[in-house]
Amino acid sequence: MSSKTQILDFIRGRYPQAEIDESQDIFALGFVNSLFAMELVMFVEKTFGVTIPNEELRIDNFRTADAMSALVSRLSSDLAVA
Amino acid sequence: MTLTSTAPATEQTAPAGAGPVTDRSSARAFVDTHVVPYADAYDSSGRVPEDLLRRAAEAGLWDPLSTDMVTLGEVHEEVGRGCSSLRSLLTVHTMVSWTLRRWGTDAQRDRWSAALARGDALGAFCLSEPGAGSDAAGITTTATQAGGGWVINGVKTWTTGGQRADVFLVFARTATSIGAFLVPRDTPGVEVTPIDDMLGTRASMLARISFTDVTLGPDALLGPSGFTAGMVLTGTLDLGRYSVAAGSLGIVQACLEASADYAARREVGGRPLAELPLIQAKLSDMVTDARAARLLVAEAGRLKDAGESATIMATWVAKYFASTAAARHASEAVQIHGASGCAPGSPVARFYRDAKVMEIIEGSNEVQRITIAGQAERETTR
Repeated sequence: MSSKTQILDFIRGRYPQAEIDESQDIFALGFVNSLFAMELVMFVEKTFGVTIPNEELRIDNFRTADAMSALVSRLSSDLAVA
Repeated sequence: MTLTSTAPATEQTAPAGAGPVTDRSSARAFVDTHVVPYADAYDSSGRVPEDLLRRAAEAGLWDPLSTDMVTLGEVHEEVGRGCSSLRSLLTVHTMVSWTLRRWGTDAQRDRWSAALARGDALGAFCLSEPGAGSDAAGITTTATQAGGGWVINGVKTWTTGGQRADVFLVFARTATSIGAFLVPRDTPGVEVTPIDDMLGTRASMLARISFTDVTLGPDALLGPSGFTAGMVLTGTLDLGRYSVAAGSLGIVQACLEASADYAARREVGGRPLAELPLIQAKLSDMVTDARAARLLVAEAGRLKDAGESATIMATWVAKYFASTAAARHASEAVQIHGASGCAPGSPVARFYRDAKVMEIIEGSNEVQRITIAGQAERETTR
């Protein structure tokens, strides 16, 4: 299962009433609060074995499943290089 | 468990150390030796004495991150069993220590981590204001960027450990969100005013802290800025809630031990109280709720250790259950003790007052119910 699919499954699991695709801005839907943001970051770090540094905790990295998947790829490649 | 305090809390009378605290067993030994006999005296005097703070440092209690979260919960339960004021000081110190480790830069950690772990510096958490408690979004303290750094203005209140802490983790409104700032106590413009004679956790050295043009460097900001800054607050409160859940469980256990002891010794009509069905019902409910709360706290801790996001809701549930159980059973513990439970220096009277506080701090029970119900609503729409 791709990282994008896993991220979408997590968001849909928390907000099953929302219709979300991989390019949809979840912030525009209006249900993202600091609690969900924390859960989302914990989910990404746990599921993909990465640590998101402070400088990557930017809204644009979390707007869409596409953006989060790209973040995971970037951090995973950093991990591989290290 | 004694019914009344018999020894004053002084350095002269406190016994020698009981060794490092590394797990539940050693925490229990420490608390039984250094805390339980004196907790009512701390409550009366309105402060945890320096001698105990030093002994806690020697035992490693100010270094909460040296252990896993399940063990941390067990240790905080044991401390809460002995004294909710000491446990409250540990809670806020743990929140600051964890937040520094999770979000701090290398320079911030270099400056504070070792001192916090040794207990050379104590941390406190500044969120509540005269006009904003559980409604964290309502805070009005500001952090304004100026001269490459930050200037903080505002008033925080009900700050646990505020009278004693060396560094404050201050949440303030920035131009874009709420940010967390490390503010040394001795920074010009910081004024600490003690708050005494609270209903409960009377020895936790609460304070009102005003920040007037407090000028800080750029490195005062802890964690990200922007939209994710709220996560620092969420994460910090989550850990505080976990500690309060464990401490509340400690109160339930303390109520059980005190009540079982008293019911076995006190006679009515020639029979021990313990033989009366209504007393047995109260004790059995304490036993059951203590076990249930312990499982909930342990589950929240296990999820934290595993890095699972489900820990946040598990912690809400544990705190809600344990704090309401503490308030309920502390009331029953006083009832079992009768007039003795209402007397000056009665531990169960202290548990009763402390337990009420647990239903309010780190998110009132009303807010907890809204949050828990919100999740239930989402899940039922699947």
